[in-house]
This record gives sequence, C-alpha cells and structure tokens, in this order.
Amino acid sequence: MTFEPKIVGILCNWCSYTGADLAGTARVKYPPNVRVIRVMCSGRVDPTFVLKAFADGADGVLVAGCHPGDCHYIEGNYKALRRMRLLHKMLADYGIEPGRFRLEWVSASEGERWGKVVTEITEEVRKLGPAKFRQARKAKAATPAA
Amino acid sequence: MKTIKLKINGIETEAEDRTPILAIAEKLGIRIPTLCHHPILEPYGVCRICTVEVRVGRRIRMVTACNYPATNGIEVLTDSERVRRDRRMILEWFMSRCGHVPVIEKLAAEYGITEPRFGRGDEECILCGLCVRVCSDVVGAHALGFFNRGTTRVVSTAYDETSPKCISCGACAYVCPTGCIKIEDDEMLIRKELPLGPLTPVHIPFMQAIPHKPVIDRESCIHFKTGDCKICEKVCEVKAIDHTQTDHVDEFDVGAVILATGFKDFDPSCMPEYGYGKYKNVLTGIEFERMNSASGPTGGRILMAGGGEPKSVAIVHCVGSRDERHHKYCSRVCCMYALKFAHLIKEKTGAEVYNFYIDMRCFGKGYEEFYHRLLEEEVRFVRGRAASVSDFPLNHTEVGKLVVRVEDTLIGQVRRIPVDMVVLATGLEPQADAKDLARTLHISCGDGFFAERHPKLAPVSTATEGIFIAGVCQGPKDIPDTVAQASAAASQAQTLICMGEIEIEAATAFVNDEICSGCRICNTLCSLSAIRYDEEKKISVINDVLCKGCGTCAAACPSAAITARHFTDQQIFSEIEGVLYDVRT
Repeated sequence: MTFEPKIVGILCNWCSYTGADLAGTARVKYPPNVRVIRVMCSGRVDPTFVLKAFADGADGVLVAGCHPGDCHYIEGNYKALRRMRLLHKMLADYGIEPGRFRLEWVSASEGERWGKVVTEITEEVRKLGPAKFRQARKAKAATPAA
Repeated sequence: MKTIKLKINGIETEAEDRTPILAIAEKLGIRIPTLCHHPILEPYGVCRICTVEVRVGRRIRMVTACNYPATNGIEVLTDSERVRRDRRMILEWFMSRCGHVPVIEKLAAEYGITEPRFGRGDEECILCGLCVRVCSDVVGAHALGFFNRGTTRVVSTAYDETSPKCISCGACAYVCPTGCIKIEDDEMLIRKELPLGPLTPVHIPFMQAIPHKPVIDRESCIHFKTGDCKICEKVCEVKAIDHTQTDHVDEFDVGAVILATGFKDFDPSCMPEYGYGKYKNVLTGIEFERMNSASGPTGGRILMAGGGEPKSVAIVHCVGSRDERHHKYCSRVCCMYALKFAHLIKEKTGAEVYNFYIDMRCFGKGYEEFYHRLLEEEVRFVRGRAASVSDFPLNHTEVGKLVVRVEDTLIGQVRRIPVDMVVLATGLEPQADAKDLARTLHISCGDGFFAERHPKLAPVSTATEGIFIAGVCQGPKDIPDTVAQASAAASQAQTLICMGEIEIEAATAFVNDEICSGCRICNTLCSLSAIRYDEEKKISVINDVLCKGCGTCAAACPSAAITARHFTDQQIFSEIEGVLYDVRT
C-alpha cells in the first residue's frame, strides 16, 4: 500500500475555513489527506497545537489564515506569522523536517488556492515519508530509565 | 441720545441728533449723488458732489450731506435749483481734470452738462481718497498715500515704488469709483485662482456643503494678514462672525459610528507622459466636472485655457487605476463619468470626442444602453491605453495641438491623434490617512480602503461592533451604490441604537485570576484593546463587551491563565486526537 500522509490543518474561521468550504462547493479536486480543525483566528494557534499534532502522529501540519491585512480581528494573522516563524526554526531540533509544517494565507474566495496548497503540502509530505517523531517518542518512553 | 425733528424736501422726519444728512436721506429713499463716500469708511467730504441746501431759521447754507450733522429744526433741500447749479459747477470742475471718466460723464449728463465750460482734462483720478482710506483704515496695510500739494497732488505709494507693505488684496481697485486703479498681475492677487475658479476669502465651500454656511479662508483673508479689515464682521447684522474662533475638539458619546470618509482623487502629476501640469489644456476628471457645473467658473461652458471652445477632445481612461505602477484595482466610476463627459462635450460644443480605453466597463442598470447611445452620437472609441500626450508636432495638422499617441489594438497600429483638450479620467484612491483612522477605530484596512466584516453577509459592518462603513472609503463605487450602502449603514446603526440592549459575542476569552501572573504580554497583543491591566489586583482583565473571541491572547499566555471559550486548549487537543484517531491507536 502506498504511503498516504496524515496532515492536520488548523484553519481560521473567517478566511481559510470558508475558503476550504468554497473549494468543496466549487468541486475543486484535491487530495483528501488534510483533516481540518477550525479555530476562530490563526492567532489562536498556540505552537503547542502543532507539536501536539506531530506528537499524536501527524505527518504534516498546515496552519492557514487570512491574507495579511484581511484579518477579521485586524491583526491576528500577523501574530500567527511571528509565532509560526519561530516554531519553524525549532522543529528541526525536535527532529521534524521543516517541510512538514506550513503556514499559508487562504482567503474565503480562494477555493482554488486551498486546493493547490493542500496538493502541494501533501506531495511534499509524501516525499518526506512517514513522520518519525511519534515513534521516536514512543521508543524513548518505552526505554526504561537508566 | 436725543431725537430731533427735521424736514427733507418737505418731508418731516425724526432722527438721532447729529446723524449725517446723507444717512437720513438714504433711509427716506432720497438719492444724493456721492463719489468719495463709502458706507464702511468715515465720511470725508472731499468730492463735494453731495452738496445740499440747509436752512436753519432764515439762514441758508450749502453743506456736504455726507458729513453735515443734522440738528433740530433744520430744513434740507437735496434737489433745489441752487443745489443743481452748485453741483453742475462742481462737475464742470471735475471735468476740467477728468473729462473722460464714465462715472463723471454720467453724472454730468444727469445735470444737463453737454460741453463743460472749462474744457476736458485727461486725468483719471479724481483724488477722492477712497483707496488711501480703505488701505489704511480698513485693510491696515498703509501702502497708499497722498503726495505733493495743490494741482500736483497725486495718490501713490511711497517714492512711487512698488510698496513692500502692499498685500495685493485689491481693495483699492475695488473701491475706486473711476476705475483708475487696475490690477495688472492677477497672479499676485490674494484671491488667487483656485483650480478653475476664483474664490473670495469668505465663501461657502461648495454648493452642497453641510452646514450650508460660509467659512473664512485664513490664507487669503486680509484680517489674518494685517490684523485689520473685519468688514464682514461690521456688515453682518446678526453678528455671527468671530475672527478669534479657532479649531476645537468636541467629544461626543455615541452608540454607533458610520465611516463615510470618501476618497482622494488620483493626482496624475506623477505620470509625466500625460503632461498634466505641463499643458494647460490637460485636465483631470474632477476639474472638467467643475468646468461643466452651471455654478462653476465658466458657467458650465467648456472652454480651453486660452478661451474658445475645443474642436476636439481626448478622454484618457484608466489614469491611475488598472495600472501596475499605481493602483491595480479598477476605480469603477471612471468609464461612466468619461461617457458622461463625452456626451456633454458633444451636446455643448459638437466637438470630436475620442475615448482611449482598455475595456469599457458599463456594468450598471442602463449603463450599457448609454454606451450604445454614445456610439450612435458618433463619439470615437479607440481601444488602447494612451501612451503619451505631447505638443510636439510631426506634421502641419498637429501644429498647436496636443497629440495623443496610442496603440489602437483593434486595428493593430500606433496612431497619433491631434486634439485641443485632454481630459484624464482619473481614478479613486483611499484617503491618505485612512490607515491611521483604521488603527484608531480598530478596523481592518487592506489596501487603504476599509475592510467590511464579510463581503457578502456583512457588507457595511466592520471588525469592531458598532462601526459601519459606507461609500468609497470601503472601495471604489458610484453614487447609486454609495447611496444604497449608506442607507444600509444608517439602518444598521439605527438597529443597534433601537435595540436598547446589544448582543455581544458569546465566545469570548476570560482570565483565571488565580493563575494570572500579571506579565501583561496579552495587553499589547489584543488588537481590539479589550484587555486592561488591573493595577490593584496586579492581573490582566478582559472586557467582555470588547472581546471578539479571536483567542490570540489565549495562545500567547505563558501561564495558560487565559481561556478562550469554546476553543479551549483542551478542546483543541481533543480535536487533534480525534482527527488522528487512526494513527494513535
């Protein structure tokens, strides 16, 4: 069986979630690998959510919000941008390839773009193969303390 | 004050003691000719033309009406044979000095002088002194004065040189009864021509201004230059003018705010290829609109800078809009106002009209029909963005014309079209300070136009509850759309006010008092300013009414003291576990 990556998508309610909705109503074709969680704003995304997803076995994480300047809460997406940049730098230290994580801007009218973004991240994660983070953690937990 | 009784031309009347006869006569509607008199100046009594006959008891005196104070019991005759004889003599003396001045000639004709006995002089100034007095008493510039004595007396500036004290107000020329003071350099006038039309310092900004009341322009008002004048204050009967007034800030408590801050017209000076500012016959849309206004400077006539109607006019579309260098968006209104202009030019002048367009966007009700009507009116449409406007002729047909260079994409050729006038259909752009206002009101503002909460479902609401937007401040739109949006914004505001109570977001965030360490990280993060630091308790507090529940603070709280209702960390963790159920097991 070919490897089908499991990707967790955390989407802002106003732009990206609606955009993903539009992709559905517009019958845009894209891989079914992203499992979506809705938050009110990309600013709500605590970096621990991303790490939790990886820890629970996700092969990739996609955070999507409104385009800069379009945030429903004025500038939540800028705050997300700041946090996610830092997180991106830290992922390698955890042994997670940075390619497995993405922050994207998808507006409510960009159904096509949502499809494109999902296709891209799915392809990229497929190339990287299954994430080792969960297994590594499990193995470590299983090893009795010296 | 004592009231006196007197008779003028046999009419008995009452007046305050020592009122000048001229003022009393004016009230009775009796006309006495004057030359050196002006209601805003003190009487001077120098021209003598207002001479009247005054009888006090048996004594008869000839006096000047403008400055003779009336006393009790006098009898005044303003048009007796003796008065007419004296005035004739005065006029003849005037004519011996100024024989060809219209105002004197008109008076002379009234008094039956056909040929003056002492000949006709060629002077223009009658030395009435109105200019000297207005300059010092009213304007306060003291630039003019009398020089020399007797027959060589003249009005001039000091040493007959251009006076540095002159503020170019033009008051002297305005009061001069003979028209011997002329303004030579119009550019020097305080009432400098504003774009297409003169404006007095006291004016109503525009016809539809609300409130419809005059304002004083500090730049050109004489009072703010010399500290004097204040004529407007003197003539205003209700005493509404106050020169000491300054701008002040008023504070209002309101339940809703509607933003209708409009737009700024695109300034094509930054596009040297169209020669705006270089060639006088290159106008922007709004300038041409002003010219077409019946209450405008040309009274609605389409005139070129040098006078005369144009024989051909070019209308350049998409100036500043749909242009990578300036604004990428379409300004929406330009196509239709350009068509209106084309129609007006055809109707008023019959000139040849060329439209240089990229696409004709006639999107509204009846708009396409209007476009077809213009096609039938033989307005020319050339599909292609105009490349340049220049006055450099390549052949005799282009001499003295503005030449528009354009690639006609329908015939695949570069064309040069000579015209008399070019109208640039300038686009709309956001107000320069729109972003500051957006920041103040906590609303979002993408490219300078305020963002609505939802493009379809909340088109006049903003991210901040109670703030609504209408008109071009939200995005380029024409008048019908603006009115529709304004009505929507008004009713939304009204709805909010009428409810008495407001519904607030349920999914807000709250701070756990016991965990909050008072680090204040969240305070600055909140873009709606809903978080306040409680100095007494040393913790941060979230205002439930302002909070919209975005959760940014909850994500940032280092001690996890903030919980975003309905989107708690625990809930999201469970969701993550849920969506990954198959890999976890």
